[in-house]
Amino acid sequence: MGKAQREISISEFFAKNRHLLGFDNKQKALLTTIKEAVDNSLDACEEAGILPDLVVEIHQLEQDDRFRVVVQDNGPGIVRAQIPNIFGKLLYGSKFHSRRQSRGQQGIGISAAGLYGQMTTGKGPHIISKTIRGKAHHFAIQMDSTKNKPLITKDDELAEWHLKQGTRFEIEIEASYKRGLRSVDDYIKQTAVSNPHASVTYLAPGMEEARLYERASDVVPERGEEIKPHPYGVELGELMKMLRNTNSRWLSGFLQEEFCRVGPKVAKTIIAAAGLTERSYPSRIAREEADSLYRAIQAAKISAPPTTCLSPIGEERILDGLQKETDADFYAIATRPPSVYRGNPFQIEVGIAWAKPGNDLLDVDTSGRITKKKKKKNTADTENLLGNADEAVRVLRFANRVPLLSQQSSCGFTKAVINTAWKNYGLSQSRGAMPVGSAVILIHMASVWVPFTSEAKEAIAPYNEILKEVKLALQEAGRKLGQHIRKGKRVAQEFEKRSYIESYLPHVGIGLQEILGITDVQREDVVETLRDSMETKRKI
Amino acid sequence: MAAKKTTKKVTVPKKKKPRLRKSGPAKDENKGDLKQVALESIVEVATSVYSTASAGDLPTITMPQRNLGNVTYSKETGYFELGDNFKTRTLDVNSVKTFAQSLRLMSLAQDMVGDDDFATKREAYYVSKNWGAAKFNEQRESDTVLDDMEGMFSLKGVTRETLRFVPEEHGGSVVGALTVIDRDPETLEPIRSDCAAMGSGAYTVPSSVDHLGFETTAEFVLAIETGGMFQRLNHHRYWRTANCILVEMGGVPTRATRRFVRRLSEDLKLPVYAFVDCDPYGICNIYRTLKVGSGASAHINAKFCVPNATYLGVTPQDIEDFGLQDATHPLLPVDIKRAKDALKNDPFFQAHPKWKKALKHMLKLGVRAEQQAFAKWGLNFVIEEYLPVKMKQIKQFLP
Repeated sequence: MGKAQREISISEFFAKNRHLLGFDNKQKALLTTIKEAVDNSLDACEEAGILPDLVVEIHQLEQDDRFRVVVQDNGPGIVRAQIPNIFGKLLYGSKFHSRRQSRGQQGIGISAAGLYGQMTTGKGPHIISKTIRGKAHHFAIQMDSTKNKPLITKDDELAEWHLKQGTRFEIEIEASYKRGLRSVDDYIKQTAVSNPHASVTYLAPGMEEARLYERASDVVPERGEEIKPHPYGVELGELMKMLRNTNSRWLSGFLQEEFCRVGPKVAKTIIAAAGLTERSYPSRIAREEADSLYRAIQAAKISAPPTTCLSPIGEERILDGLQKETDADFYAIATRPPSVYRGNPFQIEVGIAWAKPGNDLLDVDTSGRITKKKKKKNTADTENLLGNADEAVRVLRFANRVPLLSQQSSCGFTKAVINTAWKNYGLSQSRGAMPVGSAVILIHMASVWVPFTSEAKEAIAPYNEILKEVKLALQEAGRKLGQHIRKGKRVAQEFEKRSYIESYLPHVGIGLQEILGITDVQREDVVETLRDSMETKRKI
Repeated sequence: MAAKKTTKKVTVPKKKKPRLRKSGPAKDENKGDLKQVALESIVEVATSVYSTASAGDLPTITMPQRNLGNVTYSKETGYFELGDNFKTRTLDVNSVKTFAQSLRLMSLAQDMVGDDDFATKREAYYVSKNWGAAKFNEQRESDTVLDDMEGMFSLKGVTRETLRFVPEEHGGSVVGALTVIDRDPETLEPIRSDCAAMGSGAYTVPSSVDHLGFETTAEFVLAIETGGMFQRLNHHRYWRTANCILVEMGGVPTRATRRFVRRLSEDLKLPVYAFVDCDPYGICNIYRTLKVGSGASAHINAKFCVPNATYLGVTPQDIEDFGLQDATHPLLPVDIKRAKDALKNDPFFQAHPKWKKALKHMLKLGVRAEQQAFAKWGLNFVIEEYLPVKMKQIKQFLP
């Protein structure tokens, strides 16, 4: 028995459980690979304050289910020594330990994509990266999944590269490319909506030429500050680990150093409540009294964590993104103030794009005249994000600017949408169902730690605090939408009345002309005067 | 009083030299030529609309309110009169269609008066079909606009017939010692119709009667509700024996019939007696409309009712006097409601205690009797007994 027991490497584990990381089938594998690479690229650009220029390419190879995927950015590049670890070692990364808002969290994604490629095609990833001062390096990596270590199969220094800085990730994988909902196309489009500061050049099989999602905003989103953990958000096991590893000699110092929002006074209260002394050794407490300390922390009154660590998309940029990628008649944006779940600060933003059913738009000018305009037809290349008026509203879910494509029904955002009473806001909705209408609802959660329901990062866990904030934001945007729809109905009714006047007024003129024998010019004059007096007396 | 069962010989009125009465076409003493008045009124309304609109204001059209709340019963004139309530229709989104249609119908009237043509209400409706968006979708709509128009012009004594919109239906049938002098519409030659020379048929009242002239030797007019009774009296030449004119109303009399009888009453100075069923419909609708006009069209009553008419029968008292109790039908709930409503709300019945008494009498009996009920005593009982007896009690006729 004992002989059979041995350590399992993490890469072995994931090789067997790849569905946990979003590689359950060929189609999803393609999406996850691209998604992980794009997330990393956007994070890297943002960290360096660079406006991202991304290139995403999918090339169909000779075999039907073989594809070559390329993701390239103009980010700061990676120093030579780090490249093999970042791309060839699972759970290696800069983000897991930091309390800072970023797309990636775990340090699993991109190396898992490499592992997946290696398992399905036998070929590992190729990486070219160049920092602004260094030379471009070309690496080819194989992974040792037993030891979770990268094997470098190629390490060339390139004399020249076409970018002055940036990273290019290239891999051959077994995959399947399809269009439609939850496709790579969909992901790229939604990424363009939530990242209006990025430009994305996208090439997929079947396209004659690459499609450019242009940049709509020249402002790089501000980076959220890194914060220390908030006491409420730390679990017992983690607390014990922190107690063991701390450099502080005293318990009081430990609490103040390692956590945010803990000053001498709060520390004193916690320690007293736990029945400990301020000068206790943290490492001793880790062994014996961590449990009472944990409970004292949970019971203590501690102010909410700072929210400077959050980087919301911002109302203007949500509007930019939605306008860029949807052909709607009305947009409503709502931003909630930051809030906290389990000690993690987060902020909810919501945007609604709504298109009036039918093909005509009514326009009221300053003088109160209403004119009918033909709607400009959406010439966009991908399918419109807006559905038909009799279809359920589409919900675009984003966590830290990353689109969430799968598992919509188990996502907390979806629950919040269903629990909002959309009838009040002019959309129809059956009980317990999504609202219906030609509209898109965008929901973004910015947080230092997004509570996904699984490592594949596809759905938000329905914490009450989060549901409540999403609902409040939806209601706020919904109210604006409702006002607009009601006003639209008023304008439509008014237009109908005016066309009614328009169709009968000439007959008043004809009647007068026949009875009084006035001239055609007199008739037209009197009809025109009447029209003016009738319309100016009708204010909207 | 016991009923007389035995058939007595026909009572022949005393022979005296019949007096000849004559009348030309109807005249309006105050307004002169109505045709001219009509034309002027049309231009007046249009000019007002045109000048108001040209000045940048919203034109209005004013007309009397035609609802029952604006109706009073005048004992002096003897008919329902319009009160002083007016409604003003301002040109706005709700009225623009009616406004346009009114003007176009006025233009049509102007043409018809000028060309001496006419349009039935149905034809007027079809004329509008050439107006594009302003056309009427149903005749109900054009009828309403015409009624409003008539109300507006009634202030000047101009009727719908003067504007040359004539009713679809013609008037009732007429027989008796009456000669109607009409004219050929093309040659304008006079045409004389002797209503005593109609054989078993009858002269039919045309839809417009103001241009007719009359000559008569008759002494009274008997207005009869049903065609059946009219045929019986005509067949047995009652009009000759009684020296009268028989007019068949056929239910509630049409405008033309009312106007025709009115002219016989007014221009020939003939008394008019009504002979209708003894039920709330016969009294409260047929007779009341003949006598004082209808509340719903009070604007035309000045010309379309017969204030001098009196009620010969059948009265509730007749049911008892002529032993008709077992030839009656019980009053239906709708009858009772109609009678009670008349007692409570109708200014005409309220003004006449005799009528109140009679209606209460009928309600007490709880039955109604038709004109034909006399057939119980023999088909011609009505000619041989009932009418002669009644004609001896003219002073006791209900007002």
